[in-house]
Amino acid sequence: MVLQVNGQRVSLSLEPRTSLLDALREYAGLTGTKKGCDRGSCGACTVHIDGRRVVSCLTLAARAQGKAVTTIEGLASGDDLHPMQAAFLHHDAYQCGYCTPGQIMSAVALVQEGHAGSDAEIRENMSGNICRCGAYANIVGAIRDAAGRA
Amino acid sequence: MITGQPIDRRDGRQKVTGAATYAAEFAIPATVHAVLVQSTIAAGQIAGFDLAVAQGMPGVLAIITPDNAPKLSTKGGVPQAITQPALQDLEVIYNGQHVAIVVAETLERAQAAAAAVKLRYTEGEAQTTMEGALDQAYVPKNFRNGQRKPDSSRGDPAGSFAAAPVRIRATYTTPNEHHNPMEPHATIAAWDGDRLTVWTSTQGISGAQATLAGMFGIEKANVRVICPFVGGGFGSKGSTWPPATLAAMAARVVKRPVKLVLSRAQMFTSNGFRPMTVQKIAIGVANDGTLLSVRHDGISQMSMPKLGEFVEPVALATEMLYACPNLAVTHRLVGVNQGLPTYMRAPGEAPGVFAIESAMDEVAVALKMDPIVLRLKNYAETDPHENLPFSSKRLRECYEQGAAEFGWARRTLEPRSMRDGDWLVGMGMATSTYPTNQSPASARIRLMANGNVVVQSGTQDLGTGTYTVMAQLAADEFGLPIERVRVELGDSRLPSAPVSGGSQTVASVGSAVLAACKLARDHAIAMAISDAGDRWAGAKPADFHLENGAVVGPPGRMTLGEMMARRNVESVDVQGDAKPPGKDDKTHSLHAFGAQFAEVRVDSLTGEIRVSRLVGVFDGGRVLNAKTAHSQLIGGMTFGVGMALLEETLVDEATGRIVNANISEYVVPVNADIPVITAKLLEADDRVANPVGAKGLGELPMVGMAAAIANAVFHATGIRVRDLPIRLDDMLA
Repeated sequence: MVLQVNGQRVSLSLEPRTSLLDALREYAGLTGTKKGCDRGSCGACTVHIDGRRVVSCLTLAARAQGKAVTTIEGLASGDDLHPMQAAFLHHDAYQCGYCTPGQIMSAVALVQEGHAGSDAEIRENMSGNICRCGAYANIVGAIRDAAGRA
Repeated sequence: MITGQPIDRRDGRQKVTGAATYAAEFAIPATVHAVLVQSTIAAGQIAGFDLAVAQGMPGVLAIITPDNAPKLSTKGGVPQAITQPALQDLEVIYNGQHVAIVVAETLERAQAAAAAVKLRYTEGEAQTTMEGALDQAYVPKNFRNGQRKPDSSRGDPAGSFAAAPVRIRATYTTPNEHHNPMEPHATIAAWDGDRLTVWTSTQGISGAQATLAGMFGIEKANVRVICPFVGGGFGSKGSTWPPATLAAMAARVVKRPVKLVLSRAQMFTSNGFRPMTVQKIAIGVANDGTLLSVRHDGISQMSMPKLGEFVEPVALATEMLYACPNLAVTHRLVGVNQGLPTYMRAPGEAPGVFAIESAMDEVAVALKMDPIVLRLKNYAETDPHENLPFSSKRLRECYEQGAAEFGWARRTLEPRSMRDGDWLVGMGMATSTYPTNQSPASARIRLMANGNVVVQSGTQDLGTGTYTVMAQLAADEFGLPIERVRVELGDSRLPSAPVSGGSQTVASVGSAVLAACKLARDHAIAMAISDAGDRWAGAKPADFHLENGAVVGPPGRMTLGEMMARRNVESVDVQGDAKPPGKDDKTHSLHAFGAQFAEVRVDSLTGEIRVSRLVGVFDGGRVLNAKTAHSQLIGGMTFGVGMALLEETLVDEATGRIVNANISEYVVPVNADIPVITAKLLEADDRVANPVGAKGLGELPMVGMAAAIANAVFHATGIRVRDLPIRLDDMLA
């Protein structure tokens, strides 16, 4: 199976039942995308497929063939962080960091979708990404900040 | 000073780029995958396994059951008494107990084969919920590890209650709650002969090392535990639960490195939970609000005695919260066919303070008194239970500043007296407190020839900022910019440190780091004076300090590089140790405090409850990093919103099975549940508490949150909810 991940061709030997999440973490060595629930409930596994945010745990790897997959590892340009990454860092929009890649991937898409117009809109549209450390207030601040700069 | 500054988290870049490596993410060559199989009955015996189908599936390497599992040892002393070896016999005592491990070449194949494992049971009688067995409550045998008794009293609580003009009696309950860290428990285990290396997600690498060594009957030195990042723990990763051991067992059986990651559903029966509590409170009070008598009787759910003992110590805060001469508290347990409960963020304090601070609100209502005035009337200037002065207590300022910040003066006294259109508005408050803990810890300072410093300690960073604040402490001690200090932790080869629990990491590890810094500085100064010889004749060590990689004093300056070059060494390594004073040397009572405020809105038509504002002002001792400290505060308050309004683990009484073992139906706060939060820390450096001056922040902001919200809900609606979580249906009663 051949996937396009972060602009690179990745050739993997996968079973049809393998999720995109497991393909990334267990086969492609891209562990930045996290498994929190494996049932589409927590958002930790959020990636972009052709620019849209999806939960990779509920996406079969086979279904991602021929599409552009972007993960947290593909967001920065070399040493330059994506503005959303920089905003999360500056706002301390995490504690343990495990949900963070999913939060950032959702947040980037959210801004692109035009859903970051107000704090209330950010809160509503980020509610598919659970942060058990409770950094929500800082996550809203980071997205507001990054959206303003975008 | 770098300490205290709101500098960005030093591991932040790794976290925002996906480069932070958690336990399951280490690329260990030839690793295979293990998946646990768990019981589907609550009590009985396993009559047999039907494994033919699973064994015939592709890629299956081993199926380990109690019939063929290697025996684990407990005679070496399993340090955490609550940790029970698994797969050692055929008895089932709860639904969701580990009964088999399937190991296969790939994760998909292990999952498929695990689903094909069939068991036959002889079912026994099960008592699956606590409600039906409250009459069988028993006295804990090993309360607080035997450090104190489960019951205590002072004065004449019964007589003073009988004589009190105003009496409040109420029962409060809190449900089973699960930590649900976002990172599931995960372990990779690899053997090299009799040497074991595990990459595991843990709040205590020292404990994991000791437990694994004990279970496999090998020397501690032969077990290496690596854990540079923890994806949340909240208590669930404080003990070394069976899955870590089972991963190592599986690796030994298949002679390959094994990765074992729990599913979210398995997380509900594999690593503890906060047990359900039933708490009876009786308060006698004078008409002017003076507390005359307080009684707090707590019962919490336990598993079967086979698994040890865990008590939710709900009434400990009650003992010291207010000045009251007559008081009694008790702790009891009820055993049921459920897994073993454990510490969960603010164990004891969170459910206990919900009860006592709800009861205080009920007293204020009965007396038509302002809740803050009632608390100030009974303010404890000294610890009324230990009869010791507090090392510091600025709770009065917390009330004052919190009230001002929140706009408490706008609150009208009567319940159901504030409205905003269809919304009933309520304002509530509660006191928060948490003990300041410290355990023995060690740290090593490596002074490098280029003047840089490496700080090493076998602690772990749960996301609280340990990497960052330890660097800040050391940077100040050596007069270095923080970029020149590196912190290494999360490896059992480093000097040992305690479990990151009880909000004790900064007090414990920080004190060790300071001790090591001082020894390293003294050592470097002595080396410089010795090297200078006659040139610095008469120099006094006390006149020197370290700055930018050099020893500096009145006669001049000498770089560490020069000194090390002369000795032909690359670094000077010094270990420092710190421990709290012994029990008999205790001169002060150590506690952090806070005042927590909540505004809620309850829809008068639908009963929907929304938290609209939260304010917390805390006396948590010295702040080492204003940014990461603030994150701890908002995080704890958010966790408290979950406890107040959302979280409850539900058990099917007939089967003992948890019916909401997923993160959709075990509801935790999401972004839209959390309003604007104002969280402040008073500047309160407390060097009496410990050398760092910090009092701990991880649990404190959680403690008063549920009561503040419950009290706000009462103020909004006039409905007193004594059973958490508070739900919409309570509003329609």
